[in-house]
Amino acid sequence: MHSLTSFAIAAAQETGHAVEYGDGGFLAEWAWLLVIVPFLAFLAIIFFGKRLPREGGEIAVGAMAFVALYGAALFILNATQGVVFEHSVEISRIGSFAIEWGWVVDGLSSMMYLVVGLLGFLIFTYALGYMKGDVRVTWFFAAFSLFAGSMLLLVSAPNLIQLIVGWEGVGLSSYLLISHYWEQKENSSAGMKAFYVNKVADIGLIIGTFVVAIPVGSFRISDILEAVVGNAEAMETVAIVAAVLLFIGAMGKSAQFPFHVWLPDAMAGPTPVSALMHAATMVTAGVYLLGRMFPLYAEMAAQARMLVLIIGAITLIIAGLLAVVQDDIKKVLAYSTVSQLGYMVAAMGAGAYTAGLFHLWTHAFFKGLLFLGAGSVIHSVHSNNMSDMGGLRKAMPVTFGTFVAGTLALAGIFPFAGFFSKDEVLAAFNHEGYTVVLAVGITGAFITAFYMARTVFLTFYGTNKGHGHPHESPRVMTVPMVVLAGLAVVGGWVNIPGLYTGFTGWVGTRAHLFEEHHAESFDWPVLAIGLTAALLGIMGGYLLYFKDRETQQARDSFRIPLLWPLLEHKYYLDDLYLGGIVNPIKGPVARFVNWTNSYIFDGIVNGAGFLARAVAGVVYGWFDQRGIDLALNGIAFTADGAGGKTRLLQTGKVQQYAGATVVGAALLVIGFVIFR
Amino acid sequence: MLLNQFLILGALLFSLGIYGLLVRRNAVMVLLSIELMLNAVNINLVSFESFLRNTDVGGQIFAIFVITVAAAEVGIGLAIILMIFRNRTSANIDELDLMKW
Amino acid sequence: MTDWIAEPSNWVFLVLALVVAGAAIRVVTSTNVVHAALFLVLALGGTAGLFLLLSAEFVAWVLVLVYIGAVIVLFLFGIMITRAPTGPNVEVDHQRRAPAAMAAVLVFIVTAGSALTAFGDEQIGNLGGGTSTEVIGEQLLQRFVIPFEVVSFVLLAALIGGITLARKDASPAEEEAAEAEEVTV
Repeated sequence: MHSLTSFAIAAAQETGHAVEYGDGGFLAEWAWLLVIVPFLAFLAIIFFGKRLPREGGEIAVGAMAFVALYGAALFILNATQGVVFEHSVEISRIGSFAIEWGWVVDGLSSMMYLVVGLLGFLIFTYALGYMKGDVRVTWFFAAFSLFAGSMLLLVSAPNLIQLIVGWEGVGLSSYLLISHYWEQKENSSAGMKAFYVNKVADIGLIIGTFVVAIPVGSFRISDILEAVVGNAEAMETVAIVAAVLLFIGAMGKSAQFPFHVWLPDAMAGPTPVSALMHAATMVTAGVYLLGRMFPLYAEMAAQARMLVLIIGAITLIIAGLLAVVQDDIKKVLAYSTVSQLGYMVAAMGAGAYTAGLFHLWTHAFFKGLLFLGAGSVIHSVHSNNMSDMGGLRKAMPVTFGTFVAGTLALAGIFPFAGFFSKDEVLAAFNHEGYTVVLAVGITGAFITAFYMARTVFLTFYGTNKGHGHPHESPRVMTVPMVVLAGLAVVGGWVNIPGLYTGFTGWVGTRAHLFEEHHAESFDWPVLAIGLTAALLGIMGGYLLYFKDRETQQARDSFRIPLLWPLLEHKYYLDDLYLGGIVNPIKGPVARFVNWTNSYIFDGIVNGAGFLARAVAGVVYGWFDQRGIDLALNGIAFTADGAGGKTRLLQTGKVQQYAGATVVGAALLVIGFVIFR
Repeated sequence: MLLNQFLILGALLFSLGIYGLLVRRNAVMVLLSIELMLNAVNINLVSFESFLRNTDVGGQIFAIFVITVAAAEVGIGLAIILMIFRNRTSANIDELDLMKW
Repeated sequence: MTDWIAEPSNWVFLVLALVVAGAAIRVVTSTNVVHAALFLVLALGGTAGLFLLLSAEFVAWVLVLVYIGAVIVLFLFGIMITRAPTGPNVEVDHQRRAPAAMAAVLVFIVTAGSALTAFGDEQIGNLGGGTSTEVIGEQLLQRFVIPFEVVSFVLLAALIGGITLARKDASPAEEEAAEAEEVTV
């Protein structure tokens, strides 16, 4: 077991950093429980869930409570002590490659444990209330627990094979949960779309894994990073190719352009699913991968980093624009998620490891909160569309308050969480000299604030359209929202440049492998411009959607002529995919394959069958019936005939028997006499 | 006295007994024929004994045994014939052919 | 040939042989069962005489006592009980007698032929004073004691078997009739 600790220590000593990392003690040794418990919960819910009063929800929430507590414990351990722990158990072996299962406890992993655990617990609790009366509650919680287990498997993976297993596991759970209401075809289609798009991107992930693992000779991430960073010249091509391929995988899971098309459609699933998977955790798996493999991107593959940066920037802006024209409140939040993921990915591409992860951290809190709020609204109004809402401020005060908190955090208003994380991302763009991307990021901040303000005003202000009966949600749903609102406020205070940068240290337990710039203080110009952009966005939203909110025209009056149709058709990307890829496969390709199957393969198989039958017929007719049967029957007939003739000797008359005996004896005597 | 004269007499009686065995219809008559055959055997035995003059008079004792066994056999045979007669009120052997093909 | 006749024992033998042979022929050809039995008596008597001629006195008298005295009587009883056909116009023989005659002739040829070829002109020598019963008795209880005992078993078996077989076991129909009679009485 070649843990990264020794290498980290050696590298640290080279660069002169003091290193005092613990090994996590027994908490880290038993950290595998954290991964196993959700899977056990899955099994328990499958077997026992239906009999319980909450139909299995209790088991799920209980398991997530355990995960949350343990994750928090590990997080605190890492925060106080700094942990680098890794343990692998070999399951199988292919030649010289070992297939292992293990778990990692270090800065990055412990942060993810806390995020997954805490958000999982809060959202599971929320789901207890939200899913009440649903048609498939038990299966929902089972699949949700399966998701949690797969996500934890993913983030605890010390080797790429386990990471892929977790990756596919969350993809499967995503598919299952998106298609939760599969009785409507569009829901199951949305699930399939998510699965297909992810699967296409996963090709990159898998090939990238092998590209990098085979030259190194091991799947273990620590071995790979050590080998790639250590032999810079020899591994250069491998590093670039692998970095690009792995990023393609990340693009699928984290919904980067052009693989982002599945995330808006994934809103067909129940809102807790959208909150946990498609906001806070699953979609961040791509960002996590980039973070885990960061030395590859930072030290080696500068070209790959460029690609990451550009894709992130593109995604950021186009998704933000799309969010402006949506009527479905969940779709707004979905595109917002895509946009924020663009920020995280671009930050990674700019070499800002901490900034990207910091934004992941804050985004989990406020986006999860926003989705829960949206769910609360949808739950009471029985519609997803903002045109059916309005004036809910009074009927749902808690929801309103928490939603506003989330909005301000997302928009990046001081002192909410998003302000600090977004500012750090923009500062990183500036520091590295990517001015175009910086401009894009600032524009994105403006657009973000704009569409979020629009959302708030359309939903909570104005007159109610009378859809459903607006009422506040039960406590089981509002308490998690309040907790998350609190985190959305204070969550950013863990990394204030110049004041307190604990977060940097927490996630940076392996940061000695790469160079990263840490700001000494705020980048004041960028901060000012960013904050201004956000405020301007809110102002724009207010002007357009608050003042003329009474009239229908006001809402639709703001249309930029050419841009709006393009946005409403999602840049015609979906049509492109459908017409260019899906329909050709469904039509001609499928028909060709069917023809091949029916005529060629079936022909061969049927031909073999006919041949066998013909041979059997010949064997039966000639060999069996005429040959063997004839011989056997002949023997039988002979025996029968001989018997038939011989039996006539048995006349039953004793005197004839006596006569035969006498004559026979006489003949015997003659025989003896003659042949003596 | 020639030995052969006794032996030929014995042979004659034996073959007459066989003829009677094969020809007669009544079961009692068949038994009579069998007695005739046994008698021929006795003549043979005694004449051989006289010819050989052993100190143990084996031939004569053998003849005594033959007579004894013949007596026993006649008893059983007649008992069987009696039973046949009871079942069928007829002692004709050629009617007892049930154990045929 | 004339030498053979000259000896007295030989023409005694001839007379007795003719008697025995004639009686035997009548046994197998007579149409009357009782006559056949009686002719057998005659044949057995002649045989006893032959035994006397061969100085086997004990055997001769055993023959007379046991064979003629008991067995033939038993035969007569059997003839009476089985109501053997005793009148004229009774078919006592099979229709086809030729195969039987041929078998008998064949056997005669075989046995007589083998005797003649084997023993040619052997003479039975001077027989002296005859066989004493004492000798026979000694031999029976010394050398031949086991066959002697076994024969007694045979006789016992025959006795018990005969009684068992010939017991008046009525047929089922007769049994029911007997029981019916008992009930009504």
